[in-house]
Amino acid sequence: MRKVMTGHKAVAEAMRQIEPDVVAVYPITPQSEIAEYYADYVHDGIVHTELVPVESEHSAMSACVGAAAAGARVMTATSSQGLALLVEVLYIAAGMRLPIVMALANRSLSAPINIHCDHSDAYLARDAGAFQVFCESAQEVYDYTLIAQRIAEHDKIRLPGIVNLDGFSLTHTSQVVEPLDDAVAKKFVGVFRPVHPLLDVDKPVTWGPFAMPDYYFELKRAQQAAIEEVPTVFLDVQKAFAKMSGRAYTGLVEKYRLDDADRALVVLGSTAGTAKIAVDALRSKGEKVGLLKVWLYRPFPYQAVASALARVKHVAVLDRAISFGAMGALYSDVATSLVRSQVLPALHNYIYGLGGRDITAEQLAEVLVGLEKVHPDEVLRYIGLRE
Amino acid sequence: MKEIRWHGRGGQGAKTVSQVLAQINLREGKYVQAFPEFGPERSGAPIRAYNRISDEEILVHSAVYSPDLAVIVDESLLTSEKPTDGLHPDGTLVVNTSCSTEEIRTRTGFKGKIVVLDADRIGREAGTGFANIPMLGAVAAVLGTAWSIVEEEVRRTMGERISKEMLDKNITALRAAYDAAKKGVAGG
Repeated sequence: MRKVMTGHKAVAEAMRQIEPDVVAVYPITPQSEIAEYYADYVHDGIVHTELVPVESEHSAMSACVGAAAAGARVMTATSSQGLALLVEVLYIAAGMRLPIVMALANRSLSAPINIHCDHSDAYLARDAGAFQVFCESAQEVYDYTLIAQRIAEHDKIRLPGIVNLDGFSLTHTSQVVEPLDDAVAKKFVGVFRPVHPLLDVDKPVTWGPFAMPDYYFELKRAQQAAIEEVPTVFLDVQKAFAKMSGRAYTGLVEKYRLDDADRALVVLGSTAGTAKIAVDALRSKGEKVGLLKVWLYRPFPYQAVASALARVKHVAVLDRAISFGAMGALYSDVATSLVRSQVLPALHNYIYGLGGRDITAEQLAEVLVGLEKVHPDEVLRYIGLRE
Repeated sequence: MKEIRWHGRGGQGAKTVSQVLAQINLREGKYVQAFPEFGPERSGAPIRAYNRISDEEILVHSAVYSPDLAVIVDESLLTSEKPTDGLHPDGTLVVNTSCSTEEIRTRTGFKGKIVVLDADRIGREAGTGFANIPMLGAVAAVLGTAWSIVEEEVRRTMGERISKEMLDKNITALRAAYDAAKKGVAGG
């Protein structure tokens, strides 16, 4: 049944259906309504989850690591500065191969203080070893929370996963979501089977040991091997989800009117929806434009991106964060994809939407229209910036 | 697609009724969005809330710049907030006021449709003291939503938050405003 809910509520609904054993969260700003909704579910006896309200996000992820190593199914949520404080322990969760799924309400990082959307927080966690998914709508937020849970817990993966949802435009906007029935969602996610749980006292194991130069490298190589398996598992789980739900999800990226496009945008998150409006408007005037939306951001789907852009002549990659002193992070990944495949369109990088600066379909259409005239020497361009 | 901009003050419940309006239109089989002006809210400070209502899936995630409807929950915002900015020339301005349509037209210079109702008085007489529910009734009437759906959804969504007695008072206010606006739409 279709319902109206915010992105925050969509995450909380998926979490209610997943019903993890432990949710550890920092309950104060910059925490989101996700924790608030979930605390209600716990209080009202709707879920049987141990809710651990801790004194910081660093402790939140630490409690998650402890609980996951003990053998529990664990989830959490954070945002912005919270992610920044938590990220040290996220590296540990990944290194210990703990399948902790975390919703990340994407908001900017200080200074100056700002509570609005951009992708600085997601980029900060980029190399931590968690897989990351970006969502376009509250529907995707709900769906990909369930999908992420199965990927994280897959035998070949056993890694933390981040489900990104844009601050305000997804987190605070009530929109139409069609959740699955509880039984269907629960069946899809399945029963959690811990691997070598600490609480299995009959089979004692060591977690988080010391690794000197003779083994550290091999362990990190094994971690890379695990995350490299994500695309295959992602596609399998996504296919199963699409079949069961009827949702039209196929691929690590979504190609929108790209087949005969000579110009295209590449974006993450909710901007993809706005970009579809821009593409449709220009298409109705006969302009050959398209959009590439990246669903799976880490591990980066190099091949899928290159093949999607194989026939496009001008590409604009939009980053919603500055990687200070460098080109945008998404741009760099797209450039790598194209060079490896020897696909070489004119490639441009646009920074937009920092600290919640709005991005409109008209602005995105302007980028597409002006793309052929951009001088190749221009390194970074900015959308909607006063200069 | 219809876009609606609500002008109220923090604590008057403009955000709440924008969400109820989304529920009402979901019941009508529409796709909807409801969102507050993005930012921290302070009691008494001017706030805006928005709706999008469409027969098709709503993909756009930007702010609303040229609404079809502007709804003034607090009359004092009529001058301080420039509520007609970007309002579509063929759009509708719905104002909580004891003034006449002509007076509001002179004050705002808006050339499109203007619907006035004294939502404060309606709320007061019904014993709720709130203008937001009457303004919701007015907007639903302007949008042409059937009364039965409006009543049912307000009962369902507000019933979880307030007592049966207060809910009935709100329904009285809702109905009075719905009827007043319907007359206003037909007349103005």
